[in-house]
Formats: sequence, C-alpha cells, structure tokens
Amino acid sequence: MSQVKLVMRFVICIAVLSTAGSFTEPVEKAKLNIRIEHFAGPQRLSLDSVEYKNALGQTFTVSRFRYYLSNVILKNTDGAEFQSPDYFLVDEAEPDSKLITIKGIPVGNYSSISFTIGVDSLHNCSGAQSGALDPVNGMFWTWSTGYIFLKLEGHADASTSPGHIFEYHIGGYAAPNNCIRRVTLNFKKKGIGIANDKTDELPLKADILEIFKPPTNIDFSKLSSVTDFHNATTIANNYEDMFTINADE
Amino acid sequence: MKLKFVYLFFFGMALYLGLNSFVENNPYFIITTKDVEVKVPAGFPKPVYDFKENKVTPEGFVLGRKLFYDPILSADSSVSCAFCHQRIAAFAHIDHTLSHGINGLIGNRNVPPLQNLIWQQNFMWDGAINHLEVQPLAPLTNSQEMGESLKHTLEKLQRNKTYVDDFYAVFKDTAITSENLLKALAQFTSLMISANSKFDKYQRGEEEFTEHELSGLKLFRAHCENCHKEPLFTDNTFRNIGIKPDTALRDSGRIKLTGVVDDYMKFKVPGLRNVAMTYPYMHDGRFRTLQQVLKHYADGVFYTNYDKSIEKNVGLTNQEQSDIITFLKTLTDEQFLHDRRFADPNFR
Repeated sequence: MSQVKLVMRFVICIAVLSTAGSFTEPVEKAKLNIRIEHFAGPQRLSLDSVEYKNALGQTFTVSRFRYYLSNVILKNTDGAEFQSPDYFLVDEAEPDSKLITIKGIPVGNYSSISFTIGVDSLHNCSGAQSGALDPVNGMFWTWSTGYIFLKLEGHADASTSPGHIFEYHIGGYAAPNNCIRRVTLNFKKKGIGIANDKTDELPLKADILEIFKPPTNIDFSKLSSVTDFHNATTIANNYEDMFTINADE
Repeated sequence: MKLKFVYLFFFGMALYLGLNSFVENNPYFIITTKDVEVKVPAGFPKPVYDFKENKVTPEGFVLGRKLFYDPILSADSSVSCAFCHQRIAAFAHIDHTLSHGINGLIGNRNVPPLQNLIWQQNFMWDGAINHLEVQPLAPLTNSQEMGESLKHTLEKLQRNKTYVDDFYAVFKDTAITSENLLKALAQFTSLMISANSKFDKYQRGEEEFTEHELSGLKLFRAHCENCHKEPLFTDNTFRNIGIKPDTALRDSGRIKLTGVVDDYMKFKVPGLRNVAMTYPYMHDGRFRTLQQVLKHYADGVFYTNYDKSIEKNVGLTNQEQSDIITFLKTLTDEQFLHDRRFADPNFR
C-alpha cells in the first residue's frame, strides 16, 4: 500500500517538475520542411535527357544544377524574425538535398520567408569549414578563396565552347563583383502556422529558365562560360527571381 | 668468409635499429606544450589569425609538420609542401624563379617565404586567398603544382592507418575531414614566426649595428618604410612598382582577380624578413640579387601606372644602395632558419 503511495508521490513530483520546466522555456520550437522542385518553364527539370529553350529560342540540356541556400529568415505576423544558422547545398542530382528542414522555429504564425542564394561574406572568409560548406563538395574556388554560389552546366548547340557546353559557376562576395542575392517570398492569405505537433511543409519552385531571362537575355553563342567574376553579376541578377512558392501543391 | 657477412648483417641491423630509435626518441624532434605556445613578439600587432577555433597542440603541430613534409599530398606522391618551401630559405625556394610542381611543370609565380603568416590578411602575390587555413588548397589543386583533388587527398590519407591514428589523436574523429587536414597544417604554419634577427636584437638594445648597417637603416626608413612597414616590413597592400610586364608570362597581377583597372600589375608588398635568404625576387623571380632590386628603384625606369611613392628612390647612389642591402641582411633570423621545430621529421 505504502508502495503505491510512493509511486503516486513520484508521479506528482514529475508532473510538477515538468510544468516548472515548461515555464522556464515558454517558447516552443517547431520544424519547417522546405520542399524544393526545379522546373524549366512549365516542365519539371530533368537532367541531360530533355531539351529546353532559352528566351532566344536556343535549345539546351542541363547536366548539373546546384546552389547554396542559406541564412533563412522567417518573419512572423507580429514582425518578429527567426534566422536559421544552417547552410544547405541543393543539388538537382541529389533528391535528399531538395528537402530542407529548418529547425528550432518558435511556434507561431508566419507571413514571409527570405533566404540567400549563396553564402554570406563572413562565411566566405572563415577558413576551413565542414558540412555543406566543406570545400570537398566542389563548390569552393581554391585558386581564389570563395564559395561557388550556383553551378549550372549543360550543353547547347549555340555555345561556342569546346563540346558546345555551357557552364556558369557564379560566386563572389565582395564589391564590385558581389553575387550574394537575397530572395523574399510572402506567404498568401494569413500566412502559415508553424506548430510543434506537426512538421509543416513549404513547397518552393525554382525555374531555371529565369537564369536566361532579363534583366539580361543570355545568348549561348556569346556567353557560354562564366567561371570567375567576369559576367558573374549578370547571371546572379538573372537568377535572383527564379524562386516562387509553388501554388499548385 | 661466410661469417664475415653474418657479422656485417648483424652490425647493419644494430646500426639501423639504433638510428631508428635515435630519431624517434630524439629530443630534436619532440614537440612539447612549451614548443607550441604562441608568443606575440614585443612590438608586433595582434595576430589576424584567430587561434580560438584551432588551438595549437603538440600533437596537432606534429601532424601538420608530417603533412607539410609528406609528398602524399601531391597527385603522384612526388612533391610535398616542403619541396617548394625550403626551411633554409625561410620556406621560400632558393634559386627557382617560378614554382616547380609535379611532372616537372613550372608554375606562374615565385614561391613566397612562409613566415609571420598569422599577421597576413590575405595570401599569394595577388591576395587571392583570404585565410591561412584555406591557403594550402591552392597549391594542392593547382595543376602546375601538386595537381591533386581535395577529395582524393582525403581518401589517400584515410587509407593510411598511421594518419587515421594521428588525426584521431588530435581531433578525436576517425574520419579524416578537410577541415581537420587544413587545421592541422595551419597549426604548423601558424607558428612560423620570425622576430629574432640582428635588427630585432638591435631594437632591443642587445646588439650594436655597424656604421653601414646604421646608415642603411636610416636610408631604409626614409626610402622604403612607406610600403615595407616595420615590424613586419610590409603594409599588406598591393602596389605596382613599375617593373616591365613580361610578355611571355602575361601576369597582370591583382587585376586578374578583381577586374579593377587600377589593380593592373599590382602585387603584394612582400615582408622583408629573411630577405637575404629568399632570392630570387619579385613575383616572377626576375631579380637574382638584392643589388638588382635596389638598382631597379635607383634607375627609375618604371612602367605603366606605377605607384608614385617609389620615385623618391630614383638616384640612390651605389653607396646608399649598398648600405640598404647591408641593413636588409640584418633581417636574417638565424634562430628561425634553424628552429628545430620546423625540421623535416622524415630525415633518417
């Protein structure tokens, strides 16, 4: 009998302690999954096999598409901001890389998301790093320090490069060749609620055709290779608006 | 007759084992906690390199040293860091105008010395590299230097059980990562500090200067100090000193990196410590001697949008040039050049 009492006391103790615990940490944390899909106009991007057309009507295929996505900021409807410390390397060839999980978000109602395509200047100047920022990932210039923010490679008959390839390796964190671009997307209606009992999902769409569209129409016969600061900002200005929230989902 | 060979064999074995244990237990190669203390010399500024994220330990330093002297880092295991960075030349390459690499390839630039690196904001003749830790990636992956990929380097190291143990001892990780490889190398190179030359001793009142050294110091301060600022003897800027562009090499300096027209033919102002040991000079090693360097300034034949501050050196007399060189020789730091901590641990 006394044993039952003891157990009861213990249970009450635990209950009291756990409530006390939740008082010391009043903000609950939740997760948001960002599911990214790559498109070429209305079609889903498909590596190597499918031909697409740029704004000038030149056909091309894509063999590689990868980029850094970082400094994700979620703004809630009260104006408060949450910034994720994580860096993500998104790669069309790696399905897992297209599902990004933002952790530690305070529960609430959010009205917009913003993020950087690329890597901020501080992390371009921080020496040896690991994870997504490990130079072994092949997104780092070893001859002139800095991350390659975005790589788009493929084949276009109009290209004058050997093998008719095109390659855009875009990076540069300092003026006058700064290619860091920030994207802000507002959520429709009242915003999205991020709760702790379920993981919310945000469907993002990146359209690679935007990379060839104005501000500067890209002509493969004139610009098939960008692998340093030359013309880098031109491409960055083009891809700045390639992201939308995928409303079809 | 037969017995003679047996004796000889045993004698050889004993000699080999004896030498081996001599090297392994030799205090010359042993690195203690005291050996890896980072001491900022009096009068030197606060280091740029932040040791907080990479505290130097004896094991980390020894691993960095082993890597520095190991040709395993190059594509065909023929070239180590030390191949171009010779200790006796303050880790520059004596007598090579341009760097040499795998397959007998010749690079584009003169090997700079490695010293006082923790005070450098950037590296390379054009400042292309912005951090001490990522600097080794440039020669490692350059096709004219070590010609290796980072990924394959890590695979090679990972296959080597001794390296796996070495890395584990330092970083407590059985996987050899690029971060740990680069940090180990930085632990070694960050301690290459030269601050005990005759000039330093003169500054501290421990040694006297001769008449010519004194005259050279005065001339240096009047003519060279504008760019070669004490105590590091560089102001860490990039300047065009009017040397003739080499039409074969076609190296236009920092403009290649920035695209800024004003950066044409600008190269880093090199620190001058141990300068008497780091010949030849300039980014392309065009001057074999300090006499030729001084003559360049004194003659005043300058090309293309040069830095006007060098004009005050035009007309330096032979005696003045000679005195400046006499002074420059006082920047040779014997203690650094013979520091046992940086010796090749493989020599046996």
